[in-house]
Amino acid sequence: MVAVGSKCRVCREPAIIDLPRHNANFCGEHLLQLCRRQVEKAIAEHDMLAPDDRVLIAVSGGKDSLAVWDILLELGYKADGVYLGLGIGDYSDESGDFARDFAAARGLTLRTIDLRDEYGYDIPTAADATHRVPCSACGLSKRHLFDAAARDGGYDVVVTGHNLDDEAAVLFGNALRWDVEYLGRQLPVLPARDGFPKKVKPLMRLTERETAAWCIVRGIDYQVEECPMAAGNKHLTYKAALNEIERQSPGSKAAFYLNFVERMAPLLAGATQAAAGELRACSRCGAPTTGEVCAFCALRGRVAGRPLVPVDVVLGRARRHGRRRGDAA
Amino acid sequence: MIVKLRQPKREIEMPGARTVNQLLDGLGMNRESYLVIRNGTLAPGDARLDDTDVIEVRPVISGG
Repeated sequence: MVAVGSKCRVCREPAIIDLPRHNANFCGEHLLQLCRRQVEKAIAEHDMLAPDDRVLIAVSGGKDSLAVWDILLELGYKADGVYLGLGIGDYSDESGDFARDFAAARGLTLRTIDLRDEYGYDIPTAADATHRVPCSACGLSKRHLFDAAARDGGYDVVVTGHNLDDEAAVLFGNALRWDVEYLGRQLPVLPARDGFPKKVKPLMRLTERETAAWCIVRGIDYQVEECPMAAGNKHLTYKAALNEIERQSPGSKAAFYLNFVERMAPLLAGATQAAAGELRACSRCGAPTTGEVCAFCALRGRVAGRPLVPVDVVLGRARRHGRRRGDAA
Repeated sequence: MIVKLRQPKREIEMPGARTVNQLLDGLGMNRESYLVIRNGTLAPGDARLDDTDVIEVRPVISGG
């Protein structure tokens, strides 16, 4: 059965997707064109990448990181990947397979770091030991190890797959608390400073629906199943709320986030600079930090060497006790 | 039609032709949060789905 009347806005061929925020339908070819142009626009407007930059993609095996890797290669950038094995049961095993298969099929360089093998812990064990939600230890570990991989590998910039929905949800959460410091730092580009590499988010103008569609049209296999440890986190709640608004008022998410970046973030820059502490080298790993020991080494000190805790044990405990402080912001 | 759902993976049978949007509305799913794949190809909201189609309703929201 064929589509009823739905035509691509550009070529009038049968459409494969409707994008209400653009008030238009697109065929596969012109959906890809739209995505490429949105990424090019983000890169140009925010001076994210230079043509000769050595780019390191933080790869999870999900749709966003594989889409951004694919798009940047199409746009002519030189980009390697780094994958972090989190030790979250079957989920991590499968996500690693998707990342490795993507890289192998295209002859790309993918560096793999394994939390258990190289640092003596995994995310379920860290969540159990710290009594915080798993997303807290996960985000901390990723930030630290992706920064370190960029420094060690001589990369100019770290690219993450954060999309418009991710950024709108974080903005929503920060605005609910009027967390001025976090709001001021929520930018699509974090410049390099004091040992931290430059970090950019080229998918800031694309929704999750669009990055997933990119992968499907391009034939990219990615991990569709959600991380079991993210179930019920605040981030997902904020996304659901924003998508309900978006359903009734298409374009709301883009206006909320992109207008924040353009109009509000510059006003908050001063507050963030005032709050930034002086940096020095971590006494254990040498990474830049405001304290004597960086947050990653502090976490590792609490967790490494403990008996590994299975995912199901942590999830069962979370269900019994409900979500605690430190949920994904 | 056979409808494959995710998170968790499962299949349901839904008799009767309908559009993609009618399918999602009937399942109580927000159109912003899902893509519908018919016989391996993406289908827009007004595409009519037939009883013989194999449909996947794929969530696009991730929590990381």
